[in-house]
Amino acid sequence: MSHPSTYNPNSGLEKWLDARLPILRLAHDSFVDFPTPKNLNYWWTFGGILTVCLVIQIITGIVLAMHYTPHTSMAFDSVEHIMRDVNYGWLMRYVHANGGSMFFLAVYIHMFRGLYYGSYKEPREVLWMLGVVIFILMMATAFMGYVLPWGQMSYWAATVITNLFSAIPLIGDDIRTLFWGGFSVDNPTLNRFFSLHYLLPFAIFGVVMLHIWALHVPGNNNPTGVEVKDVKKDTVPFHPYYTVKDGFGIAVFLVLFAAFVFFNPDGLGHPDNYIKANPLSTPASIVPEWYFMPFYAILRAITFDLGPISSKLGGVIAMFSSLLILFVLPWLDRSKVRSMRYRPAARLWFVIFVVACIALGVLGGLPAEGRNVLYAQIATAYYFGFFLIILPLLGIMETPKPLPRSIADAVLNKHKPEAASGGAQPAPAE
Amino acid sequence: MTTSDDTEDGEPTRREFIHIMAGVTAAAGAGATLWPLVDQMNPDASVLALSSKEVDVSAIAVGQAIKVMWQGKPVFIRHRTAEEIAEAEGTALSALKDPSARNENLAADADAEDANRRVDPNWMIVVGVCTHLGCIPLGTSSGENRGDYNGWFCPCHGSHYDIAGRIRRGPAPDNLDVPPYEFLSDTVVKIG
Amino acid sequence: MIARTTIFAALASLAGMTAAIASAGSAKEAEHHHWHFAGPFGTFDKDALQRGYQVYETVCASCHGVEQLSFRNLGQKGGPFYLNTCPAGFADNVDCSNPNENPIVKALAAQYRYQVLDGPDDSGDMVERTPLASDRIPGPYPNEVIARLANNNALPPDLSLITKARHHGPDYVYSLLIGYADAPATVEITPGQYYNPYFHGDMTQALKPEFLDAEGHVVDGVVVPVGGVLAMAPPLVDGIVDYADEATPETVEQYAADVVEFLTWASEPKMEARKSMGVMSLIYLVILCIILYWSYRRVWAGLKK
Repeated sequence: MSHPSTYNPNSGLEKWLDARLPILRLAHDSFVDFPTPKNLNYWWTFGGILTVCLVIQIITGIVLAMHYTPHTSMAFDSVEHIMRDVNYGWLMRYVHANGGSMFFLAVYIHMFRGLYYGSYKEPREVLWMLGVVIFILMMATAFMGYVLPWGQMSYWAATVITNLFSAIPLIGDDIRTLFWGGFSVDNPTLNRFFSLHYLLPFAIFGVVMLHIWALHVPGNNNPTGVEVKDVKKDTVPFHPYYTVKDGFGIAVFLVLFAAFVFFNPDGLGHPDNYIKANPLSTPASIVPEWYFMPFYAILRAITFDLGPISSKLGGVIAMFSSLLILFVLPWLDRSKVRSMRYRPAARLWFVIFVVACIALGVLGGLPAEGRNVLYAQIATAYYFGFFLIILPLLGIMETPKPLPRSIADAVLNKHKPEAASGGAQPAPAE
Repeated sequence: MTTSDDTEDGEPTRREFIHIMAGVTAAAGAGATLWPLVDQMNPDASVLALSSKEVDVSAIAVGQAIKVMWQGKPVFIRHRTAEEIAEAEGTALSALKDPSARNENLAADADAEDANRRVDPNWMIVVGVCTHLGCIPLGTSSGENRGDYNGWFCPCHGSHYDIAGRIRRGPAPDNLDVPPYEFLSDTVVKIG
Repeated sequence: MIARTTIFAALASLAGMTAAIASAGSAKEAEHHHWHFAGPFGTFDKDALQRGYQVYETVCASCHGVEQLSFRNLGQKGGPFYLNTCPAGFADNVDCSNPNENPIVKALAAQYRYQVLDGPDDSGDMVERTPLASDRIPGPYPNEVIARLANNNALPPDLSLITKARHHGPDYVYSLLIGYADAPATVEITPGQYYNPYFHGDMTQALKPEFLDAEGHVVDGVVVPVGGVLAMAPPLVDGIVDYADEATPETVEQYAADVVEFLTWASEPKMEARKSMGVMSLIYLVILCIILYWSYRRVWAGLKK
């Protein structure tokens, strides 16, 4: 939230620097004295958790790049060299590989939180869209990173995903060849994937800065969805209130992270990726990492031609649309009420949406045959229906519950007996 | 101690014990994480495995020399003739540019007489890197220029080494290094 | 409340997801063997590792390589032949905990059944020489073509990652090794192929013609057997490897368990370091969580007044 600077340089050196590069003032106003709604719950700690994830991935990634060799004949062995010979190499590689999964787990929770509490709504549309950009960059980075160990799944995932682009009419084959730098996934492909996999995280870092900037103009949304009315009553300074709360959230998250890294490091991976890539033999089933499975399910759900659009192109369009639709979400949901706490109907549809997403995730990992295809089609239809039909209609039709007058009011009422909470409605969900 | 630190408007002070402890614990964790990130840059197990090398010298005839790679550097192994040994042992210390033995098997203050430059008088083993700027001196393979002192000659800037690998003339400041080595048997030498 | 339960359900289903994928295939489910290395505190049984190495070298190495392993790995910390101190009779300056100086490892390398291809020598020829501790353990075949020619066009997979490269790897390899069985009466096995109920395959292909209709579909009422056929003959028989330790039975089950112990170590030699660091990390993180939670409650306590 824009607010007058409260930074007060103490020493001569700080004054000197402040007159030349007010970076300490920026940090102070953004992360120390930043007025933050006092009612944020634990779902709001995932912003901090994601920052930690990004930093962990960048640091371990730089370390791994010191030992990795991006060549088709050496990549697999160089990863095993890291696992076996490099000092703490196994730790770096397991943290990095599981870090990808943890990053996506956190980002999905962060996104569902934004959906539930209407964090994408005016005036935070740009904030939301920058988040979608980060998400797409993350997906590209994760995909290219998965190719680098050059195991069977690496190779065949690269083949399948790059072949998606050949569905584009007229120029599809040329685009695919451009990605490959050859006539199939091969050494040039591996080299450019390594280059881009190293580059994109820094692009993500840049967009994260914009994301935080765009957050700090309107300030945080909060579980009530009611804007801050009185900075004194409704907010607390970010530090120490949310630094310590985020810190606690990060520590709990790291327990889960460490449990995977140290006690089930390959549990989220696929055994076939411990087999060297073999262009002559396709694995029995090609499945992406779990975090791509919902999108993979949408891709495979389009099994029918739609007029001139083949099922292959249709699947690709559906998959990319499922991401792009997030960009226009702020204009699809017309409800004036942000938080679904006060939108009982929307909350129900939202729960079904979460179930549909999880169902897509499960179906993406199962063979696309029999009833699975139908289930995936139903879930896909609901995914798009939720954004394109349900949310716009709800904005017109639903009757939201009365909103609290302010954040301070909502916080105070929470601690009083239910009868005093301003109406006959049951207490909010949180 | 906790309650008394609270200021009147309910703001907790940042000096409470538990907050300091939280900060210290988190910092300790971050510090411990730092070591693997640094240690990964040290030589790894596959590099360390090659830190020593066993060489069979039985095939080197008297008067011949070979070059072997050890830790990424060439090592010269010369089977010296009786005349060469006599020449090396007869050289006065005053004639040497660098009076130090430069022998990793001996103390740093040993002087550069021939006995301090080798284990067995028949074998001269030195690291083949010119002490001037790191070129590889000539003189190991037959037919190469052995310089004015019948040892090795660095073509980069004209450094002449004698038959004991000692610098005699030219810009190089030090004698050629003698690597740590031992004879495991009469014909096998372990370098490193 | 609804939203919160949903997201917990989502987390729970993530955990179940990988298991669901693993269940595809028509093979018999692998025997669950109790492994010394199982569980968060599991370590490798050093004696089993040594016996397992012996089984590998005597039997498996006839066809399978372990290309990610060097001899020195056998003598590194946690390896089968690691020595903390030298046996009596060694000079003071020898450090036997250094895998490159470990006398057992040097002997194993020097006596190994295959030579290492090195060179070119001074005359430009490649030469075979005795392996050193720093060498990779040489495999049986110089290249894939020769490996296939020697094995009826089947390629024996490298074993250095085999327990990681299969679902439930240790149990699977163990079951496969002890699980060879006579083929069911409904199938015809071609010579040079062997039936194993634990091998992933499609036995429809092997059904005798009388159980298939004109279009190649299975006749109603006929059950296709689980498992598959592979080109590897049953490699282990009782007594094929001589254990120095008289107390250990020389049976197929014992050999299989020992060699799986060894191959699991070969797949991840740093497993013990991983688990012990994991225990320390989790203890630290839980303490950190408690302290941070306490600190968090203290910071916020002032607001609640």
